[in-house]
Amino acid sequence: MIEVRDLRKSFNHGKLEVLKGITKKIETGEKVAVIGPSGSGKSTFLRCLNLLEEPTGGEVFFKGQKVNDAKTDIDKLRCHMGMVFQHFNLFPHMSVMKNITLAPLKLKIASSDEIHERALSLLRRVGLEDKADAYPKQLSGGQKQRIAIVRALAMNPEVMLFDEPTSALDPEMVGEVLQVIRDLAEDGMTMLIVTHEMGFARDVASRVFFMDEGVVLEDTDPERMFSSPSSDRAKAFLSKVL
Amino acid sequence: MAAATGDSMENIINAVASWFESFGHELWLNFIKDNRWKYLLNGLGTTLQITVLAVFVGIFLGCFVAIVRTTHDQTGKLKFLNGVCKLYLTVIRGTPVMVQILLIYFGIFASVNVPKLLVAVIAFGLNSGAYVAEIFRSGIMAVDKGQLEAGRSLGFSYAKTMWHIIMPQALKNILPALGNEFIVLLKETSISGYIAMDDLTKGANTIRSLTYSPFLPLVAAALIYLVVVLILQAGVNALERRMRKSD
Repeated sequence: MIEVRDLRKSFNHGKLEVLKGITKKIETGEKVAVIGPSGSGKSTFLRCLNLLEEPTGGEVFFKGQKVNDAKTDIDKLRCHMGMVFQHFNLFPHMSVMKNITLAPLKLKIASSDEIHERALSLLRRVGLEDKADAYPKQLSGGQKQRIAIVRALAMNPEVMLFDEPTSALDPEMVGEVLQVIRDLAEDGMTMLIVTHEMGFARDVASRVFFMDEGVVLEDTDPERMFSSPSSDRAKAFLSKVL
Repeated sequence: MAAATGDSMENIINAVASWFESFGHELWLNFIKDNRWKYLLNGLGTTLQITVLAVFVGIFLGCFVAIVRTTHDQTGKLKFLNGVCKLYLTVIRGTPVMVQILLIYFGIFASVNVPKLLVAVIAFGLNSGAYVAEIFRSGIMAVDKGQLEAGRSLGFSYAKTMWHIIMPQALKNILPALGNEFIVLLKETSISGYIAMDDLTKGANTIRSLTYSPFLPLVAAALIYLVVVLILQAGVNALERRMRKSD
């Protein structure tokens, strides 16, 4: 579903190279956890996939179509790639319901009735049906992030990108958000998730990328990743976080 | 002693009474006689016309310039337009509005016959637009960068994200500053007399030149400005309360 070839990204006119050539292929239904120390390029990698960061080298493909091509209608591709941010980024001037339905309605992906029905059923699914008329400011961090997930899902995406979805949450709220992502994974959603929750990565992921200094150092199943990592760098990292 | 006190009391009462009498005469002379109050009323009408139309021009121009400037800053596109906008801001903000309106009236529109109202609206609109542009730009920049990313990640174009997500939040942020700018604009129109327009200030001055009263006509004009500003302020406050609904 997603393929990257020799993906490179540098900032400040090449002075700071964050991604140093990544070549990967992610199939439909895979759940990829991206782990690694901070500054290793995990988030940048994820953000290059839907072009929130413009790669400075290499190619990104989504369902066979080149993403980083001037001729590609990136807005159309992004409709099929949901994204969830560390800081939720809910629209503060809109109610929860409007947050969820804004993009589907304006981009006319379905009839108004269908969109509202879908929004309600998604809200029910994350247990926040009663918050439809609330404003983001009235919600807890965990609730905000669940709404943000629902907002992305309302567009009916084929892949979900999670950029550290629990890093800005109070510890007691991490569980409720992870549960929503876990349910989504069990439903078969293709997803990439940048995370520091190692237990979650081990349980939910079908594949783990360990990134360090702009490259994917290890690409393996979670079992092997967490029991017998092959690189010293990964061993050192895991001994510190586990 | 008692008689003296009675005398001075009488003097004071007499003085007050004669002051009231002359004040009444002044009022009559300045506003009633020959329907002179019409100078003020018609002047107010002109002032409001110029202000309201210039506000629209200013908002439109300012919004446009601010969007060009931020689009350039965020995406690197629109290089040429951005240069034009920067020049516009520099020239307008770097020169007095008085000089600008005289230049537009006597310089640019000297040989063509255009209504003076149009000249004033163009001059004050152009001027206000420059300040509104920077107000809008500060409002847009104050919106968290994550909002733009969230909008784009949902499939919205840059323009759609701006319109549906960034601008409403920016507008809320800048409402007090915007209200302030319009108050300033209203008062700046008091120089319209220099291009021979009969605005409120000019009206008051006309009465003064007829009656030689140094205070009353101008104080009356000042009071009218004050009342209009208060009404404007109440309007902005009401709008602000409505927009704070989501807090």
